[in-house]
Parts: sequence; C-alpha cells; structure tokens
Amino acid sequence: MAIHSVFIINKAGGLIYNRDYSTNIAKLSSNEALILAGTFHGIHALASRISPVSRSEGGKDTGIQTIDTANFRIHCYQTATGIKFIAVTDPSYMQLSDVLARMYGLYSDYALKNPFHNLEMPVRSELFDTKLQQLIQSS
Amino acid sequence: MATAQRQSLLKLDNKATKRANMLLEQNVAKQRRDKVSLNAFALLFSEIIQYSQNRVLGIQDLESKLSEIGYRVGLRVFELAMWREKTVHRETRVLNTLVFINTVVWRTLFDKQADSLERSTESEDEYMITDNEPSILKFISVPKEMSSFSPGAFISGVVEAIVECCQCPARVTSHVVPADGMPLRTVILLKFDKEVMGREKQLEAGK
Repeated sequence: MAIHSVFIINKAGGLIYNRDYSTNIAKLSSNEALILAGTFHGIHALASRISPVSRSEGGKDTGIQTIDTANFRIHCYQTATGIKFIAVTDPSYMQLSDVLARMYGLYSDYALKNPFHNLEMPVRSELFDTKLQQLIQSS
Repeated sequence: MATAQRQSLLKLDNKATKRANMLLEQNVAKQRRDKVSLNAFALLFSEIIQYSQNRVLGIQDLESKLSEIGYRVGLRVFELAMWREKTVHRETRVLNTLVFINTVVWRTLFDKQADSLERSTESEDEYMITDNEPSILKFISVPKEMSSFSPGAFISGVVEAIVECCQCPARVTSHVVPADGMPLRTVILLKFDKEVMGREKQLEAGK
C-alpha cells in the first residue's frame, strides 16, 4: 500500500483525525502526532505568507502542497474552510489531490452529517473509518 | 444609486415570492417527481437529533422525543398518501395496514419498498418491518457509549402515527440490528394493542 498514513487538521491547527495504514512506518505517539499537526499548520501558514505572488496581487497563496524526502512524500490539501487533509505516501506518488478531495467528500458526509460529531473536535465515526479505509485501499 | 439598489432588491424579492407562489400553487394531488436532496435532509435530521439531545435526560427519552417528531410527520404522510394514491383506500385490517406501510408509505418516503415484513415467531401480535439501509440514517454512526440508541426512532414514530390512523394502534419501537455490510439495518417492531387483536379475531370468525 502506498498511502502510509492520513492526518486531518482543523482550521485552528488541532489534529482531529490520524490513522496509519501501513505497518512499516515508525509509529507516532499521540503527543508526537499532535506536535506534527501543530508544526505543519505553522509552517503552512508561514509558507503562504512569504509567497512573492501574494504580495503583488493581494491574494493568498495556497501554502505547502507537498514535502519531498528520499523515502516518502507528504501531500496536503487545504479546503476553503481551512481544514487540511494530509497524506504520507511513497515518493512515487506525484499527485494525490483528487484522493484528498474525495477524503474531504467523505468527511463532509460521514463526519459533518453525523449528529454525534462536534465541529473542530476529533472525528469519531465508524462509518468514516470504514469508508476512508476503502478509499485508501482502492487508490 | 440608492434607489437603483432598492429597485434591484425589490426585483429579487418579487422573484422569490413568485417562486414561493409557484410552489404553493402546485397541485397537491399530483405525484411529484422532484425529490428532496438527501444531503439537505441529512443535515436537518442531524440538527434535529442534536437539538433533542440537549433537551433530554437519557437515551430512552431521546428516542421517545424523536418518535414524537416522527409521529407528526406520519400524520401528514398518511393524509397525503390517502389523497394522492388513487388505487388505495383507508385500511382497517392489521395485515392490510402493514402491507400499505410496507409498500405505499415506504415508497413515498424513501422511494423503495421496505426490505421485509414478518410476523414474530414468539407472539401473534408482533410484526417486524425491516429496512436494510434506511436512507435517512445513511450518514449516522452511533458512538459506542450510546450503542443502545436507535436513530430509527424517527421512522418508528411515522409508522406509529399511520397504524393509529388506520385504527390499529400499536406500540412501535425501532432497533438497530446490524448485518454483514449493513451497519444500520433497522427493524421496526410493532406490538398491536389487545383490542386490535381481539377485533381481528372477531372479524376473522365472522367471515
């Protein structure tokens, strides 16, 4: 499987969902995962601020979309409402925004329409878990 | 400038009123092809559950509240179905009522028939209507600490209103009975009142 793990970060930088889908990556403790989410949120905001384009046109840059290393690649998809969907994949995966956009679809269906979900709080929905698992296995 | 703006607003307002009037002037008796968006309904239903949840003491209380809301829907659904369906008449017998719910009501509400209608093997006055994937519950996952809660209580309220309208009052409850690949399979259990079963027997004997 090429997608190793998935994170969802709310608009305030809090981690609301994380799950690992392969066994051969280092496991993060929940504290480390929270720190990762907060740090990523910070550098994402910074990156969109230092963009030279945004200065001249007044618009905002989209921020970090991918981070490459020798062994893996981090993909980020930010929604209009500021939620970030992040996936850690093999470096061979060049484009993942369509899969991440589908994740956003699942999130808006199975988390937002679930009466037991609280906004900005961690997603705890069995249906979301299973649908996301299916999506990741099929991609 | 201000007057132009006001005029354009007035125009918009007129348009909205016209559309609303069009909706109101449509023939009620006509079968509608247009449907309500499931997503819109899911959000509304989720909001109803959250609203009720803040105003109840426990799970049973929440279920009865939902069923009460469903009851009000059921009364209207019954009237509308009676008015629209040319081929059906008002049922008063238990079995006919159940078949009516199973087919006509389910079709008007969910655009399909219920998946099964059975009589309980244990007692004569209990019947079960099963829906494998109730569409209005599609996006709901009940958390583990509330596992006894059945969001189908809303549907059971609808059913309760209809059997009452058909002169067969019953105690209606809903239960989530998950099966393979169908985590929200919902069983609506109807337990008819004693008088109803007595009347059924008399009618049966009189034939």
